[in-house]
Amino acid sequence: MTAFEPPMGLIVELTHRCPLQCPYCSNPLALERAGGELTTAEWQSVFSEAAKIGVLQLHFTGGEPTARRDLPDLVRHAAGVGLYTNIITSGVQLDDRLMAALMDAGIDHIQLSFQDVDPDNADRIAGYRGAHARKLAAAARIRSAGLPLTVNFVVHRQNIANVPRMIALAEGLGAARTEIAQVQYYGWGFKNRAALLPSRAELDQTTATVEAARARLKGRMVIDYVIPDYYARRPKSCMGGWARRFINISPSGKAMPCHAAETLPGFVFPSVRDTSLAAIWQSDPAFLRFRGTDWMPEPCQSCDRREIDWGGCRCQAFALTGDAARTDPACDLAPDHALMQLAVAERGETPADFVYRRFGANDAETPIGETVP
Amino acid sequence: MTMTLRDDTVPRFPPGVKFRFDAVRAAWVVLAPERLFLPDDQAVEILKLVDGARSLGAIADDLAARFAAPRDVIAADVAAMLGDLAEKGALAL
Ligand code: SF4
Ligand code: SF4
Repeated sequence: MTAFEPPMGLIVELTHRCPLQCPYCSNPLALERAGGELTTAEWQSVFSEAAKIGVLQLHFTGGEPTARRDLPDLVRHAAGVGLYTNIITSGVQLDDRLMAALMDAGIDHIQLSFQDVDPDNADRIAGYRGAHARKLAAAARIRSAGLPLTVNFVVHRQNIANVPRMIALAEGLGAARTEIAQVQYYGWGFKNRAALLPSRAELDQTTATVEAARARLKGRMVIDYVIPDYYARRPKSCMGGWARRFINISPSGKAMPCHAAETLPGFVFPSVRDTSLAAIWQSDPAFLRFRGTDWMPEPCQSCDRREIDWGGCRCQAFALTGDAARTDPACDLAPDHALMQLAVAERGETPADFVYRRFGANDAETPIGETVP
Repeated sequence: MTMTLRDDTVPRFPPGVKFRFDAVRAAWVVLAPERLFLPDDQAVEILKLVDGARSLGAIADDLAARFAAPRDVIAADVAAMLGDLAEKGALAL
């Protein structure tokens, strides 16, 4: 058997700890506690291995990656083995000292996430008083350190009207890139779907706003735009296809093709504590399960987009249909596509209350994938 | 493409963007914030000349001296390739 092409990116969830409590957090409902996290040395040996098998970019995420005190040591090691280092952070703990330590360690890029432009609403969504003001300070720190800044806004029905102001804020902060990313409905986002999903009209207006801003800011700021699958005709190419480009590692070292994969039943994901990354990438059954096109049902099997979107997202197929091996219902050719309209109809006139992301808040009886009638 | 590129424009890789050789793939790669590009052979020849000092004109001269193609054709290719990369945020012009 010839080896499969090397992975491009390694996404490491250093920890699930986070001072914020965003109700759309992409972490699993069962959060990992600090005691189970990989040690500094364990992470560093994973990074060395990753570089050796061809990983090019390392994305530090969480939880909140800055909750790990050894973050600068981890960045230094990753940069030392030649990886491009990127931190995805809420920024509330990014003070002068940490910024200086990260620069010294060789960080390449920081992505800062915002909850809104309006400070009160932003703090309410984050479940953390004063978060927004700290983020603004963090953005200024990143810029004055000379790093490029990416600003990420997570958009949903409770802040979508502010998208024009979000773009203006990003411009004002000197961001080179802005992500206007609609919530993706996995993990906590799926649990809070009715409270978050915007209407079709809101979405269309936002799309028009983004397109106009893109034209105006061409060459100055790149805007990445992600729409919710619920209004798409075709699914997105989730992670560039199952186990084709990325390896995601959980705080305790579980390797998965995507961060949401932990929700899938019947999978035993390998641990980097006892299996090499090379073996995981080339031959782990969980990685091979949906790689390529052999596993596909119809209509994907005979569709000419099967190597473009790879049949969409496995976790979404499971969350909505209870079967991870079905065509992503986001596709309007999928037999289950009607489920998307059903969810839109269910969202109601006034948004439901948030279930905030907390340790232990998952004890309620709604495991992901069970809310579909 | 609305940006006007002139012969004396000096392209450079901005902070956060790296152009390097990847030994595993035996290929050059452009690493940028949350993006990466695998340039083709022609693009690699152009990008190797991007050093923050050479202008577009100088890059075209250099390539014209080494490859059998008219200089203005090469200059147009260079401008198109670099302009495209700049629009994606991976190059400063
Ligand atoms: S989405 Fe919010 S709660 Fe989840 S890790 Fe990011 S900042 Fe923390
Ligand atoms: S049928 Fe399958 S492969 Fe074709 S567009 Fe839909 S999800 Fe993609």
